[in-house]
Amino acid sequence: MIPVPPPSEPATKTRRPLPAVVWPLVALAAILVVDGFISPSFFSIRLVEGRLYGSLIDIVYRGTPIALLALGMAIVIGAKGIDLSVGSVVAIAGAVMAHFIHLGFDPAVVVAATLAVGLLCGLWNGFLVAVLSIQPIIATLILMVAGRGIALMINGGRIPTFRSDFFSALSTGRIWVIPSRLFLVALVFLVLWAVLRRTAFGLFVEAVGGNASAARLAGIGTRMVTLATYGISGVCAALAGIIITGDTRSSDAVTAGMWSELDAILAVVLGGASLNGGRIFLATTLVGVLIIQSLTTSILMSGLPPEFNLVVKAVVILAVLLVQAPKVRTAVGSLVAAFRPRRTER
Amino acid sequence: MTRTKLLGAATFGFGLLLAAGSASALTIGFSQVGSEGDWRPAFSKDMKDEAAKRNIDLKYSDAQGKEENQLKAVRSFIAQKVDAIIIAPVVVTGWDAVLKEAKAAKIPVFLADRDVDSDPSLFVTRISADFNLEGRLAGAWLAQASKGKCDVVELQGTVGSAPALQRKKGFESVTALFPDIKIVKSQSGDFTTAGGKEVAESFIKATNGFKGICAVYAHNDNMQLGAIQAMKEAGLKPGKDVLLVSVDGVPDMFRLLAAGEANASVELKSDIGKNIYDVVEAYLKGKTDFPKWVLIPSDLHTQADAAAELAKRGLK
Repeated sequence: MIPVPPPSEPATKTRRPLPAVVWPLVALAAILVVDGFISPSFFSIRLVEGRLYGSLIDIVYRGTPIALLALGMAIVIGAKGIDLSVGSVVAIAGAVMAHFIHLGFDPAVVVAATLAVGLLCGLWNGFLVAVLSIQPIIATLILMVAGRGIALMINGGRIPTFRSDFFSALSTGRIWVIPSRLFLVALVFLVLWAVLRRTAFGLFVEAVGGNASAARLAGIGTRMVTLATYGISGVCAALAGIIITGDTRSSDAVTAGMWSELDAILAVVLGGASLNGGRIFLATTLVGVLIIQSLTTSILMSGLPPEFNLVVKAVVILAVLLVQAPKVRTAVGSLVAAFRPRRTER
Repeated sequence: MTRTKLLGAATFGFGLLLAAGSASALTIGFSQVGSEGDWRPAFSKDMKDEAAKRNIDLKYSDAQGKEENQLKAVRSFIAQKVDAIIIAPVVVTGWDAVLKEAKAAKIPVFLADRDVDSDPSLFVTRISADFNLEGRLAGAWLAQASKGKCDVVELQGTVGSAPALQRKKGFESVTALFPDIKIVKSQSGDFTTAGGKEVAESFIKATNGFKGICAVYAHNDNMQLGAIQAMKEAGLKPGKDVLLVSVDGVPDMFRLLAAGEANASVELKSDIGKNIYDVVEAYLKGKTDFPKWVLIPSDLHTQADAAAELAKRGLK
């Protein structure tokens, strides 16, 4: 036998640490493997009605609204902000969209108006944070609470339903065999990635998130940057609202996007970002979204009584976060190392 | 919204005029929960219309979902010495004090829709539909339609809510009489279209395209609407491949019934003003032997009468 070097302290120092992206992916893979045991046909993908069909597709498909919210949220959090209002902006966007469809406008006008309202909501948040210096959690809480009321007012206290070929195609349709909403997420991802990594904007956001005073002294217009992050988040939320509302062809102001702000924040954190700001991880945020959605989908498929839904979700999320925490990993590592010699002594 | 408000104001004003015209008219205070969803505004409107029809001076108060507003409204009804008070309670708890005040002022209190947990001697009776009965009706329809042999998929309402609990219990109490009716999958869709659609999608995958599934039972129509969309997107024919039964009777469900894309819906009636005022007026005329719960019977609609129902309601 090869002599084992004493407790692996130097060994871990010399070994290159795994990149951060590994842990969310490991968690996702673990959930999917469990799903495979629960339902043998979980990984099967076939064509139904000319479209890809299967549980894996469902996860990606159902994850799109949260993905859109989380991409915007990742940027806001990168600038050390937080946006609690995205769920309410989803409701407002849905109400505006249904209203304009009922007025008989062209889909292009409806989309433009809905996105403009989303942008306005985001800029309102940004104004409160950047100009009035209200703490982000309070500033966005205002719209979170008031937003559903605004949406209810637009809807006239009812749940308006509508028919629109364009929005059905966008939300539930397909391009070739792939659901069209996936193209939307891909497009948003590419645009945001380009803006963040191919211009100086990403650097500015991370500088503001890392140390706002230093960024200001370095000549960055921190106000404009903060304003822009909330604006982006508002537009992303409006896009999510279009997808959610187009999906059921009805605008439910009370429940559309309910609690989705929390899922979005969670996805960003699962993606490895810190709420202290300073870093933006767009790609791993999407992995975080897939973790949350695969969890939801597998709970629905598992046949577990619905009373356990939230408990199971919380336990798994906690486990994923623990796996990701460096302190826990080193603690577990040293625990294992501490037990090893004793065993050899026996 | 402004139109319905105007309409409400108009009927209210009309009621007032009528009340002024005849000195013997009843004055009744009605404290409503709020105006959420589709059902409650329809219920409020019916209460106002029916009051105008019966020459009742209705003092209507919308609590906007807050119990403190309801308590305030009831106290103001007591101060105005109304003949009777109708409460549609926001929550079941916290009613003792104000109900005692009403009793001390010798004003009878009636409950509409939801229940309270106070001493039953503090109110005359509760007038409402029965969630459990709705579940039993749905179960009975399914038992007959499937000839007592059916694997059912259930879309539950919000976990722990009274309608979800009772619609499940009522349904199961009937299906339990048939050994070959089984609920094979059951999940919560939170009473929403989006929730029903997502749950139905995952069930369709888990059962390989609803293979062997003979029916979907949803605790409300909105979730069933979502399930119908999910089935269509999976290439299934709702109402033909699988029997669909749910509760509520919303306009969209009548349209789907008429189009043959759903099979049955138990109606949660909103035109219950007449049931409520009948009890109140009978009590004020001296009848006192009411049970503590006056049941409003439920109705079940199928493809056969959906078109007629749509026409009756002026919908299309």
